[in-house]
Amino acid sequence: MNCREAIREVSNFLDGDLSEGLKRQLESHFAECEECNLVVVQTRKTIEIFIQSEPVDLPPEVRSRLHGTLRRRLRPEA
Amino acid sequence: MLYANVGVELWRLRPILALCKPLPPVNPHRLPSTIAREDEHLLVAAAKKGDLAAFEELVGRYERKIFRLTMNITGNREDAEDAMQDAFLKSYSHLKDFQGDSRFYTWLVRIAANEALMRLRKRRPNQFSLDEPVETDEDLMPRELQDWGPGPEQRFAQTEMRDILSRVIEELEPDYRTVFVLRDIEELSTEETAAAVGISVPAVKSRLLRARLKLRDKLGRYFQPGAAKGGAN
Repeated sequence: MNCREAIREVSNFLDGDLSEGLKRQLESHFAECEECNLVVVQTRKTIEIFIQSEPVDLPPEVRSRLHGTLRRRLRPEA
Repeated sequence: MLYANVGVELWRLRPILALCKPLPPVNPHRLPSTIAREDEHLLVAAAKKGDLAAFEELVGRYERKIFRLTMNITGNREDAEDAMQDAFLKSYSHLKDFQGDSRFYTWLVRIAANEALMRLRKRRPNQFSLDEPVETDEDLMPRELQDWGPGPEQRFAQTEMRDILSRVIEELEPDYRTVFVLRDIEELSTEETAAAVGISVPAVKSRLLRARLKLRDKLGRYFQPGAAKGGAN
């Protein structure tokens, strides 16, 4: 397996979405190729950073408009 | 209280009870605040019966995340706000169709993604493709390969890091960022993402690979040794 073939499978490798055979080939390539291994490590880190990021609070005016709209549109007719 | 209250129900007490029994994390990387609280199905059941206070509680739990989702997809604050409002309105009016075979949040994400995608396609009709273009491997090979060192994100303040993440997501092509947001931030499955965007499973995988590699490349501008704080190097 060469680097180009390995990089094409990085995403499936991180998701564990591979056959056992291909997974072993990739593990063997990443163990030997420092550069491809760095791509795997940094891509995994990239995903983790996004997963762990907390959304910011809703801007007060956006929140106020949202709840105002919901109240107007969803309140049962008197 | 703005809405008719049907009296104190069990879900209103659950947050207090839940404090005694922490939920195990579903995903070790996921923060506790993003895990469904165990009273969610009670809230949904109450909202289905017309309890608007219960629905408002659900909105309050997810409004920040849904706004981030619609912002990430549309890249436009006005569209993001409209998409979020319509997503909550539609979710309420279609609650009877929610069968409870997935998490309420996952169902809500699909509605919100649809609203956001409609606005994105309207505003930028040529920048979002439903068809699947022939993609080559040319752009896949990483450009920058330098060690980031341990905990690169910890070198930035939280607000600074949020700005960086917003900036690099916004720089991605809409095709790629939509799939990344649904698959990796909202944790939809590949199949759910394909259904939400209206593309095939292989197309989701292909776009996700490119999105992840491009984001790694872009974050490298900030994380590699000697990088300027603004990422311009």
